[in-house]
Amino acid sequence: MSILDYFRPSSRPKATAAVAKERLQIIVAHERGGARADYLPLLQKELLEVIGRYVRIDEDQVRVELERTGDCSVLELNITLPDQAKTPLRQMAVETTD
Amino acid sequence: MATVIVITSGKGGVGKTTTSAAFSSGLALHGKKTVVIDFDVGLRNLDLVMGAERRVVYDFVNVINGEATLSQALIRDKRVENLHILPASQTRDKDALTLEGVERVINELHSQYDYIVCDSPAGIERGALLALYFADHAIVVTNPEVSSVRDSDRILGILASKSRRAEKGMEPVKEHMLITRYSPDRVQRGEMLSVSDIHDILAIPLLGVIPESKAVLRASNSGVPVIMDTESDAGGAYDDAVRRFLGETVAQRFIQLEKKNIFQRLFGAEA
Repeated sequence: MSILDYFRPSSRPKATAAVAKERLQIIVAHERGGARADYLPLLQKELLEVIGRYVRIDEDQVRVELERTGDCSVLELNITLPDQAKTPLRQMAVETTD
Repeated sequence: MATVIVITSGKGGVGKTTTSAAFSSGLALHGKKTVVIDFDVGLRNLDLVMGAERRVVYDFVNVINGEATLSQALIRDKRVENLHILPASQTRDKDALTLEGVERVINELHSQYDYIVCDSPAGIERGALLALYFADHAIVVTNPEVSSVRDSDRILGILASKSRRAEKGMEPVKEHMLITRYSPDRVQRGEMLSVSDIHDILAIPLLGVIPESKAVLRASNSGVPVIMDTESDAGGAYDDAVRRFLGETVAQRFIQLEKKNIFQRLFGAEA
């Protein structure tokens, strides 16, 4: 900083290092727990197999999503059952805690 | 028996090769017989940073494939005694390295050197995994920046699971944190992660802090490891790190903002 800086309008940006640290702590903690989301494709495949025993169902009718918020993850399964099952959309939400 | 050190980071461009050149030169300057191996097959640069690019005849892959002997491929450093460089191949890809081949070369070097420094390529693929596989020590080079810290954490996980020491259930690889491109003034303004922020996340011992420095580019421009520039801040910081590695107690520098004198304050002079 030179003397000239004292005359410039002060537009001091918010300290971003603290934000960086917080974001890092969260992501690193998640990643250390092993690649949690790795089982999702297999889960989807096996769900399809199980449901397929009862109803004819296509691969794209099962949707698996994982959302992380704070210290808790929400695993959301969206299974669209075909017309014959009367209920076109059934939703299950399974909550897991880390 | 030599001690094997890997210089690693996960992320590219954080200063692995600069550190490999400086650290291996530093060990040799302290009288240790040292060889530095470039594992970045296809993108070799250690030779360039160390000013040996015009003396490369045979390379690491030639030795692995039995096309040259180790002594033919090793380049003796012109400036520092006790220092040899084993360059990477520029024409092959990373799959040219095999575990058996690397093991054979390292075993042969073991009897002749005190330290074997492995300059890892970026990423977590074959070249990087082989560079860290035989390590006794790992120097994890990290910039005070989110992607670099995250990748360093990933590399620490790999060291703890995929190194030879981990696989054989031996004592784990000794990990050291080396923070490069550090700007105390930006840390003070809250714009940059501090040493203690990074330490809180990675939780491994701090080997040293290399300040952001013009000397680093000057050094690579001229093909002289920055540690040879003893007047420079970065050169001094690397020498401190080498001394600490060798067991000396050296106080950390470059973490705190140094007080400027009245002229520097008035005119905003840079160090």
